[in-house]
Amino acid sequence: MSDLFVAQRTLSLRRLLARLAPHKLLLTLVAPALALLFAALISAIVLVGSGASPLFTYRSMLEFGLKPDQIVNTVNQATTYYLAAIAVAIGFRMNLFNIGVDGQYRLAALLSAFVGGAVHLPAPLHVALIVVVAVTVGAAWASIAGILKVFRGVNEVISTIMLNAIATALGAYLLTTYFSVSVAGSNNIGTKPIGASGRIGGIAFPGTDNRVFGLVFLAVLVGVGFHFLVNRSRFGFDLRATGLSASAAVASGVSVRRMVLLTMAISGGLAGLIGMPQLLGSSYSYSLDFPAGLGFAGIGIALLGRNNPVGIAFGALLFGFLDQSSQILDLNGIPKEIVLIMQGTIVLSVVVAYEIVRRVRIRQQQSAVGTDLATPTEPQEAAA
Amino acid sequence: MRRQRATKLAAVLAVAALAVAGCGKSNSGSGTTPKTGPKVGLAYDIGGRGDKSFNDAAAVGLDKAKTDLKLRIKELSAAPGETDAAKETRLKLLADGGYNPVIAIGFAYSAALAKVAPKYPNVKFAIIDDLAAKGANISNLVFAENEGSFLVGAAAALKSKTKNVGFVGGVQVPLIQKFEAGFKAGVAAVDKSTKVQVKYLTQPPDFTGFNDPAKGKTAAEGMYDGGADIVFAAAGGSGTGVFQAAKAKNKLAIGVDSDQYESASADLKPVIMTSMLKRVDIAVFTFIKDFTDGNFKAGPKVFDLKVDGVGYSKSGGKIDDIVSKLDDYKKQIADGKITVPDK
Repeated sequence: MSDLFVAQRTLSLRRLLARLAPHKLLLTLVAPALALLFAALISAIVLVGSGASPLFTYRSMLEFGLKPDQIVNTVNQATTYYLAAIAVAIGFRMNLFNIGVDGQYRLAALLSAFVGGAVHLPAPLHVALIVVVAVTVGAAWASIAGILKVFRGVNEVISTIMLNAIATALGAYLLTTYFSVSVAGSNNIGTKPIGASGRIGGIAFPGTDNRVFGLVFLAVLVGVGFHFLVNRSRFGFDLRATGLSASAAVASGVSVRRMVLLTMAISGGLAGLIGMPQLLGSSYSYSLDFPAGLGFAGIGIALLGRNNPVGIAFGALLFGFLDQSSQILDLNGIPKEIVLIMQGTIVLSVVVAYEIVRRVRIRQQQSAVGTDLATPTEPQEAAA
Repeated sequence: MRRQRATKLAAVLAVAALAVAGCGKSNSGSGTTPKTGPKVGLAYDIGGRGDKSFNDAAAVGLDKAKTDLKLRIKELSAAPGETDAAKETRLKLLADGGYNPVIAIGFAYSAALAKVAPKYPNVKFAIIDDLAAKGANISNLVFAENEGSFLVGAAAALKSKTKNVGFVGGVQVPLIQKFEAGFKAGVAAVDKSTKVQVKYLTQPPDFTGFNDPAKGKTAAEGMYDGGADIVFAAAGGSGTGVFQAAKAKNKLAIGVDSDQYESASADLKPVIMTSMLKRVDIAVFTFIKDFTDGNFKAGPKVFDLKVDGVGYSKSGGKIDDIVSKLDDYKKQIADGKITVPDK
C-alpha cells in the first residue's frame, strides 16, 4: 500500500524532473534562495500554530548548531548524506530511479562489516578489502533491478522498493543467524568489531573531542569523480542523452540497455559506500542501531541539490545541520518534528521554484518567438 | 489532469494537517512544575512518550516521581534511524542542562552512554535493558522478562483447551527472544504436549513491528486459524491488533509490559486473559527515589519475580481459578527451584 504510494509519487516526481530544463547560473541561485525563504515561512506558520516563537526557534537552532560539537556532527552526517544523494543522483541523471539505495547500503554495510571483522590484514589492505566488498555488494544488489528492467521490463521503482524489503529480511536473517557476536549483558547484537587495522581515524576539530570522519575526503573524491564521469566523459554524455530522450540516444548509437545495467551497478556501488564513514570511523560493527533510512534521505537531498555535485553538498550540509540542531528544540519544549516539516517543505519548494522559473522562461521564449513570427522578415518574402 | 491535481492538493493538505496536529501534542507530563528541586532528565527511545508501550511505562514512573518527589523533569526522545552521535548529543544536552540524574530508556543508548558518562563524573546515569554500558556513575536497570513470560506461558497452557498457543513477537531481537524463551518454558512446565506457534512481525532494522496493529492482527489470525486459542502479544503497540483478532475469532490473548486490561478499549477487555508485567515504571521511580535519598548504586539492578519487577496481572478475573498454581510457580522461580532459560 505505502510502497505503491511511494512508487506513484516517484513516478510523478520523475515526470516533474524530466520537465526541468538545464539551468542558468542566476536562476540556480535565485530559485533555491526563494525556496528556502518560503520553507522558513511555512515552518514559521506551523511553529506559531503549535504555540512556539519562530524567531526564538530559528535563533536557538543556529546558536546550538554552530557549536563545535554540532559542527562536527553536522559534517559527519552530511558526509553520509552526500554519498547517499550522489548514489541516487547518478540514476536520476538518466531518469533511472534507484529507490533501493537504502537496501543496497544496509546490505553492503552488513556484509563488509562481517568480512572486515573476520580478517586481519595490514591497514591499507584491510580498509580496501572492506570498501571493495561494500561496493561489490551494493552494485550486485542494485544490478538485480537493472537486469530485471532490461530483460523483463520490470520498472526499477517497483523492483528496487521490493528489493529494499528483501534486503531487510536477508540482512536480519544473516545478522541474527550467522554474523552476530553477542556482547555480554547487551540486548544489542552486531557483527564482530573490525580490528584497529580496518578503522579510519577521525580529524580533530578545535573546541570538541568529537572527530570529523576521516572518510569525509572519500565524499569529496566521489563528488569530483561524479562531476567528471557525468560531465566530462563519453559515458556521461550517453547517460545524459539517455536521460533527456531514450529514443534520441538510441538513434545516435547509445545502447540504452547497456546504460541501464551500468548505471544501476554504479549507483548501487556508490550506495555501498554510504555506510563506510560510520562503519570505519565510528561504529566498527554493524549492529541493530546502525543508522537506517539514509537512502531515502539521499533521494530528498539529490532533488534538493538538483543532481549537481556542488548543489548536493549544500543540500547534505543543510539537512545535516537541521538534523543536529533539531535536538535543542526538544530541550526547549518545541516539537523537533518541525525539522521534518522544514526538510520536506524545502525539497518541495525547491522543486516547485524551479518549475515556476522554467515556466516563466518558456513563456518568455514563446512570446519572443511569437513576436518574431508576427513580423514578416526579408528572406520569407524573397522565398515567396 | 485537473482531478489528479486536486487529489494531490488534498494529499498535501492532509499531510500538513497531520503534521500540525502532531505538533500540537504536549511533550511534557501533566501537573505543575516546581521552580526548584532536583532536575531529572529522561531520554526516550524511538516513539517517546505516548507510544502506549515501553516508553510510556517509563513515563508513568517519571510522572509518579515528579508528583511524589517534587521534581523538575525534562524529556527528550529519539528519532528513527538516527546515529549514536545523535544519542550522545541528547545525553550531553541533558547533562549540560544541569539534569541529574539522567535516565536513558532502552538498550539503543548503550554505546552513546558508555561514551558520555565518563565525561560527566558528577552526573548519575541510568539505562534500562542494558548491562554493557558500565561505569562508576551508571546504574543498569534490567528485567527478568523470561520469568514473567514463564508465568503467562504457564497460564496459557493451563487455560488452553486446544493444547495450542501462540507467541507474537514485535521485532526479532534478543530482548523479545527472551520473552519467547520464558513463554515456551512456562508452557512446557505445565504440559509438554502443548504446541507453541511463534511469529515475529518484523526483522531489524525494521522496528515497525512494535507499532503496527495490522501486522499483529494478521499474525494472530493465522495462529487462531491454525488451532491456537490463546496468543501472547509481546509486540508493544502491535498488541492491539492481536486483541482485535482474538475478539473477531472469539479467542483469548495475553498482553505485555503493563496491565493491558486497564488500557484496552471496553470492547477488547473481555479477550485479555492476563498481561505479562514488566515494571519499567517501578524501575524508573525506584532509581529516582534512591538517588534523591542519596542511595545511588552503580552497576546492575535486576528487576525479577523476587522483587515484583516482573509478574502477571489478574484484572478481569479470567485466571482467578489458576492463581494459586501460578503463584506456586512464582515461588519456585523466586526460590531458585526453577531456572527459566533466557534464550
